[in-house]
Amino acid sequence: MRIGTTVNGAAQDHEVEPRTLLVQYLREACGLTGTKIGCDTSSCGACTVLLDGESVKSCTMLAAQADGAAITTIEGLAQGEKWHPVQTAFHENHGLQCGYCTAGMVLAAVSLLDEIPNPTEQDVRLGLEGNLCRCTGYHNIVKSVLAAAETMRGAK
Amino acid sequence: MIPAAFDYVRAGSAAEAISLIGEHGEDAKFLAGGMSLLPLMKLRLATPSVLVDLGRVRDLSYVRDAGDHLAIGALTRHRDLETSDLLAKECGVLRAVAAQVGDNQVRHRGTIGGSVAHGDPASDLPAALLALDATFVLQGPGGSRSVGANDFFKGFLETALAPDELLTEIQVRKSGAAGFAYEKFNRRAQDWAIVGALAARVNGGTHVALVNMGAIVLRARAVENALEQGASATDAAREAAVGTDPPSDLNASTEYRTHLAQVLVRRALEAI
Repeated sequence: MRIGTTVNGAAQDHEVEPRTLLVQYLREACGLTGTKIGCDTSSCGACTVLLDGESVKSCTMLAAQADGAAITTIEGLAQGEKWHPVQTAFHENHGLQCGYCTAGMVLAAVSLLDEIPNPTEQDVRLGLEGNLCRCTGYHNIVKSVLAAAETMRGAK
Repeated sequence: MIPAAFDYVRAGSAAEAISLIGEHGEDAKFLAGGMSLLPLMKLRLATPSVLVDLGRVRDLSYVRDAGDHLAIGALTRHRDLETSDLLAKECGVLRAVAAQVGDNQVRHRGTIGGSVAHGDPASDLPAALLALDATFVLQGPGGSRSVGANDFFKGFLETALAPDELLTEIQVRKSGAAGFAYEKFNRRAQDWAIVGALAARVNGGTHVALVNMGAIVLRARAVENALEQGASATDAAREAAVGTDPPSDLNASTEYRTHLAQVLVRRALEAI
């Protein structure tokens, strides 16, 4: 079947099998490998992308369901050379170690901050419950998201 | 993991969805948010020949004040329930329980109707709807019928829905902003409940429902009866596992679930 989406602002048009998962579509049809496949069972959140601005797990969605939607992956977050505030905050606060969960973690955080612009630490911890990190113990990730929230509030 | 091959059709309305499912026969399945069905298909525990995608049936997404009750469209997402002002005022328990389903990403996609129609005894919203004596509106080729929550859940992943019927609306009585507690016990925040206990003041009485204590979500009738006869929360909670058939799995043994039910029911009763 024919699927048309807008990924990171660019139109995409591909012929896919109905059973194609959104994460496969992004990685294999669109060639955007920044989105990672972790657990492949909708537990770990490594495959998180934004679908019409909201976080979703792209391993548990069909590309067919995203037909017509606007998708943002980690590749689409920066504006040219300028990182998104959440990316900067993860960099400055050492919000990662191995980096495998990071793309999903950053996109989940962007969606969370869109819904809760002024989160408490508890809001951040609960809001990222769908994203697992096996390295950091989450401490610096939470710190990064809180720092990003502050930067983004200042920019408004 | 990739699902087995299937054909995909998209419905634009409830009527079209019902006609499509009739056309494609018993191996066709409705796809709502896909948060339960797609994982099963990836594990090839479900292999439907055709998926009828309900994602574009927008007119089944609503929370409405229908006078003496609230009407909730079956395709209303958990996210829309947990942010609904109307639910906060008129049925706080449903809003609070919706906020405990899965994680943000799951709540952005998953729907209340999908959760109910899946019939999983470990899921949160069916237990809340059972406690609230909700009514489910099922639409088929010959018209629609209403089934009470008590008669809807038939067995593990089995409901009163016929293969060609679509759950279109959930009706709940107004139970107010407060007077409920949901104790969900799990090992990771986003997980299914190992056991869950929900207590809510409904219509002057206390209703108690249990998650993952049998093949279907259950009412703890023995607890409700004990409370009616004046028992304390502590005493009533001792009856929590009466009539249940808790599974034994990697997370918990039957004995441990029995213990959990008693503790969680007591905590829920003490909190309301």
